[in-house]
Amino acid sequence: MKFQRKLLAAAVMALSAGAVHAQISGNVIKIGVLNDQSSLYADLGGQGSVNAVKLAIEDFKAKEKGLTVEVIFADHQNKPDVGSQIARKWIDSEGVDMIIDTPNSGVALAVSEVVREKGKVFINSGAASSDLTGPKCTPNTVHWTYDTWMLANGTGNAIVKTGGDSWFFLTADYAFGHALERDTEAVVLKSGGKVVGKVRHPLNTQDFSSFLLQAQASKAKIIGLANAGGDTINSIKQASEFGIVKGGQNLAGLLVFLTDVHGLGLDKAQGLILTSTYYWDLNDQTRAFNKRFAAVNGGKYSTMVHAGVYAGTTHYLKAIAALKSDDGTKVVAKMKEMPTDDPLFGKGTIRADGRKIHPAYLMEVKKPSESKGPYDYYKVRATIPAEQAFRPLADGNCPLVAKK
Amino acid sequence: MAAPDQYQPHASRDDAAEARYHRRAFLVMMVLFIGAPFVVYPVFVMKALCFALFACAFNLLLGFGGLLSFGHAMFLGMAGYAAAHAAKVWGLPPELAILAGSAASTVLGVVVGLLAIRRQGIYFAMITLALAQMVFFFCLQAPFTGGEDGIQSVPRGRFLGFLDLSNTMVLYYVVLAIFTAGFLLIYRIIHSPFGQVLKAIRENEPRAISLGYRTERYKLAAFVLSAGLAGLAGATKALVFQLASLTDVHWSMSGEVVLMTLLGGMGTIFGPVVGAFAIITMENYLAELGSWFTITQGAIFVVCVLAFRRGIIGELEAWLRKRRGG
Repeated sequence: MKFQRKLLAAAVMALSAGAVHAQISGNVIKIGVLNDQSSLYADLGGQGSVNAVKLAIEDFKAKEKGLTVEVIFADHQNKPDVGSQIARKWIDSEGVDMIIDTPNSGVALAVSEVVREKGKVFINSGAASSDLTGPKCTPNTVHWTYDTWMLANGTGNAIVKTGGDSWFFLTADYAFGHALERDTEAVVLKSGGKVVGKVRHPLNTQDFSSFLLQAQASKAKIIGLANAGGDTINSIKQASEFGIVKGGQNLAGLLVFLTDVHGLGLDKAQGLILTSTYYWDLNDQTRAFNKRFAAVNGGKYSTMVHAGVYAGTTHYLKAIAALKSDDGTKVVAKMKEMPTDDPLFGKGTIRADGRKIHPAYLMEVKKPSESKGPYDYYKVRATIPAEQAFRPLADGNCPLVAKK
Repeated sequence: MAAPDQYQPHASRDDAAEARYHRRAFLVMMVLFIGAPFVVYPVFVMKALCFALFACAFNLLLGFGGLLSFGHAMFLGMAGYAAAHAAKVWGLPPELAILAGSAASTVLGVVVGLLAIRRQGIYFAMITLALAQMVFFFCLQAPFTGGEDGIQSVPRGRFLGFLDLSNTMVLYYVVLAIFTAGFLLIYRIIHSPFGQVLKAIRENEPRAISLGYRTERYKLAAFVLSAGLAGLAGATKALVFQLASLTDVHWSMSGEVVLMTLLGGMGTIFGPVVGAFAIITMENYLAELGSWFTITQGAIFVVCVLAFRRGIIGELEAWLRKRRGG
């Protein structure tokens, strides 16, 4: 509230300064951060994403450009109906122009539909589903940070190329797990690897011992974890208890965030291979951003979701400044037209289907002895160039592309 | 006689007074609902209306049949999936989609009911819970439900061919009409001879059997009616939010409807409506509390059970009756 009031004061000042913003609805650009504030994704997004948006607004120097930007946030509790309801209410009665972050694919797809119906902007950073830029793409959605195709491709392809050519899948037995397994398997086979076995475990499993023993007995070089959240953490923890990594097999986490590794500790997570599009320790710019971020985020470092939220907000504000309007559909068109350039992802583009294109990195989690400071967890094993990191435009079955 | 307060044969004077009170309360409720979308955000009221109907259907079973089902979410959720699938994939108009949803949950109600009503009390609750969990895993795995994504962007279409439901206000009054129809049907059921027998079974089943009633059939009928009406609520909800998701089949939804009914007043006509609005309002305005919300909800439940066991409306009615000197 305090922050909003400050912004309101800023709005009054900006107005009296006589800035030109005739095309901005309500004279305010209102950004709604819709994500998980309390449960399993709260660390990788949560308040951190709100802070990332605030940093982006600060860096954009919105006030000097005569733009007033407000931020609000809400918790979607990982329920698609709660998420779509909040999105509707924000747009209908609170004048929100852009919704950002929104992990959990189910919620993201629901929100994407609401935003399309209302003609606003949806920049997704936290959700994995590649359907957002595939069959369910909309002219109002931009998918910034990562997606399932990129994870499967990045991790699958790069691991096979670096020698991990026999795989065993440990898959969560529901749609997301199946999709991840299917996509990764296709990549592994295509790059010349082989799949020696797979086992499916129920969602939210506590005891992975029988599955892990099968994986161990398979003698596969790589155990692919096609699961997420608590299941990934549990399977990594128990794999470490079985000494799987020490026994020469490697775990490949298909969806692992910096916060998961932080929660696990290097002792348990060491040797894990994963794909990420951002890491705080990549270069000077990411380190500088992360330093400021951690200062306002209670010392917690930034994840790729936070980075995507920052970069997405920056590009969104640039497009508005160029267009001098906050009309949702037009702004997204402008965002796709303008090349992107931000300190975290570098130069890039947004494709017609809403997919943001940038390089991805294959990471390996360091051994405890290699880690020199807080959050010093990853070493880069390979860089996947932007044009290879994401699904080719033609393969996505996005109606926006097919029309052309 | 077991429970003198509720089961004493009413003198006709009392009946008339009761009917008068119900008529007045119904009129007040309708005036509030008709005016509500001009004051409150309409989508919110629609959600509350759907849950109010759901709670009323549940109350028909618990409050008047004495059967505590702990799996009612399966009817709400399955009807939602059926309606969403009918509207989106088969392209049915909304009224038929809603009917398809209610029909699906009615059929499910027959199957579950046949199995569950053979037992009573905690065993009944556990059987319904177990079956509801099976339905949940079916919904998680079945290809047509879209797993954890649910069925999204369900078309609202035109109700009866001429009411454009994409207009929020039109949609609101259609939802209100569906709620009112369901509510009045429940009222009629409760006050029919069938309803009287149901209450008799609730109070003393062996006695009802000794009077020659086939109580199993009455209980099954009540279960199926409750399931069908819960389905009506679920199908309507799916059209309002254009979404059918796992939330509605999850067991916590079954718990929520128990909470709504108890908070409002079990076995009262208006209690579930008040309870549903109270819970949905809390959910809406306390959502910022995050995980504290469930704790708050739990605390309210405990206070309700300890301090006013008859629920909001139950206490109110008791107080009114006392004042009348009845």
